[in-house]
Amino acid sequence: MSNPSLFDIISPIMIGPSSSHTAGAVRLGLLARNIFGETPQEVTFKLYNSYASTGKGHGTDKGLLAGILGLKVDDIRIRHIFDSKLSQSLKYNFEFIQDFSRHPNAVDMYLKGSHEMFISGDSVGAGEIVITRINSFNVSLTGEYNTLILVYRDKPGMISAVTSMFQSKKLNIASLDCDRNARGKEASMVICVDGDLDDGVVNSIREMKDVYFVTYVRKLEK
Amino acid sequence: MNSNIHTFERLKELCAERNMRIYEIAQEYMSVSNDIPIKEVREFTLKSLNAMKDAIKCGLASNEPSYSGMCGNDCGKVQIAFDLHPPMFGGLFANIIKYALATSEENVRMGRIVACPTAGSCGILPSVIVAVSEYKNYSEEEQINALITGGEIGRVISQKLSLAGAVAGCQAECGVASAMAAAAVCQLRGGTVPQVISAVALALKNILGLTCDPVAGLVEVPCVKRNPFLAVHAITACELALANVKSVIPPDEVVDAMAQIGSLMSPMLKESSQAGLATTKTGLKIKKKLFKN
Repeated sequence: MSNPSLFDIISPIMIGPSSSHTAGAVRLGLLARNIFGETPQEVTFKLYNSYASTGKGHGTDKGLLAGILGLKVDDIRIRHIFDSKLSQSLKYNFEFIQDFSRHPNAVDMYLKGSHEMFISGDSVGAGEIVITRINSFNVSLTGEYNTLILVYRDKPGMISAVTSMFQSKKLNIASLDCDRNARGKEASMVICVDGDLDDGVVNSIREMKDVYFVTYVRKLEK
Repeated sequence: MNSNIHTFERLKELCAERNMRIYEIAQEYMSVSNDIPIKEVREFTLKSLNAMKDAIKCGLASNEPSYSGMCGNDCGKVQIAFDLHPPMFGGLFANIIKYALATSEENVRMGRIVACPTAGSCGILPSVIVAVSEYKNYSEEEQINALITGGEIGRVISQKLSLAGAVAGCQAECGVASAMAAAAVCQLRGGTVPQVISAVALALKNILGLTCDPVAGLVEVPCVKRNPFLAVHAITACELALANVKSVIPPDEVVDAMAQIGSLMSPMLKESSQAGLATTKTGLKIKKKLFKN
């Protein structure tokens, strides 16, 4: 947040005590949930460094779980989330790790439900977050934009095939990031858009040849 | 348009040129840059104001300790003591202290607060705006004006340094909150724009160098009790400014100094809990005990 606005200074309304360790944790959980696409049945959280050492005292563990369950940063249920009915629906556990090659406030989330996913993220200050990894792909997802994430086979023409779908709907692309495991193997595309995609576009992309996985993640509320 | 107001000098000039108050400039800018009506800017502000009042109310009614057990019942103690022996500075003073403690204790027990500008400093601006408004019967509209004024002060400061303990120490969190609160009260009291900005300079100048050395890395000690201290600090700044006392060093230069001090401050004193209060004999003992669990 290099140039905060008036609103940034007089908000957010949030559950304390820490914007990076509590509100940031909720937002990491929430964005992971949105990427995963459903409430998981099982989650393992690995908290690193400062998240590991001060996480319990700051309710980082509660925040992450609350986010995974779809609660927002100002939801008063976060405080007692471990005792809440909401959290009885899934299995969860926490591990605490010191590894200084990772960000001071990093977390890994292993989610299991109708499918499985590995998601990593960092809480970078003032409640701002970045999802840094989805499965084997490096990404950079802040939750500021509606974002389409897809995994596909790396081959010529895929980017233009996908982006032409956006063009036909007159949607502006704010950013586009690609990563791949190896030439001709699995690749990932993360497309941030201004405006909103309808289900039609998402479904047509899902049905494209050599597209393995598509998820559309709506931006997080401030 | 008032694009890119980076300095208090520019803010002061604009207010003078257009014969407007700080909140009017700020709400107009927010309205134009976000393409929303001014009414919506004020509604957003009212939502924060109401959440601040709710946090005070919840905090006054609770004695629940924080997870660590280090904080949570000081507001209760203060309420009982003040009922028996009113503080010598009177009821307004009592309320500022109570409200600041209520809010920051609510924060550490995972209650709902407004991070303004940060969660650790969340008690300062609300305590001052709410207590002074109750005392003087200021209307909701005037309170919104005050909160926008305080917010704009924080925004201008944040153009030069990040309002984070990890970046510039507590001077950038509780210190800036205090400057915002000084400006907000000065606005409520009908101070001129130069007086409001003077209040900011005076408040900031007198907390320069404040470190962030929390015990066990938690937003509790010294953060919770620091809130009432810096709320009262804001009132001192406001009273001096209203008496036309000026900071010899202009406000923008004070902010420059603060940014410089922040970058010169050892990382051991910037939210890393490697020195200061965090590594006192007692601080370390508390940390050891907490981490055993």
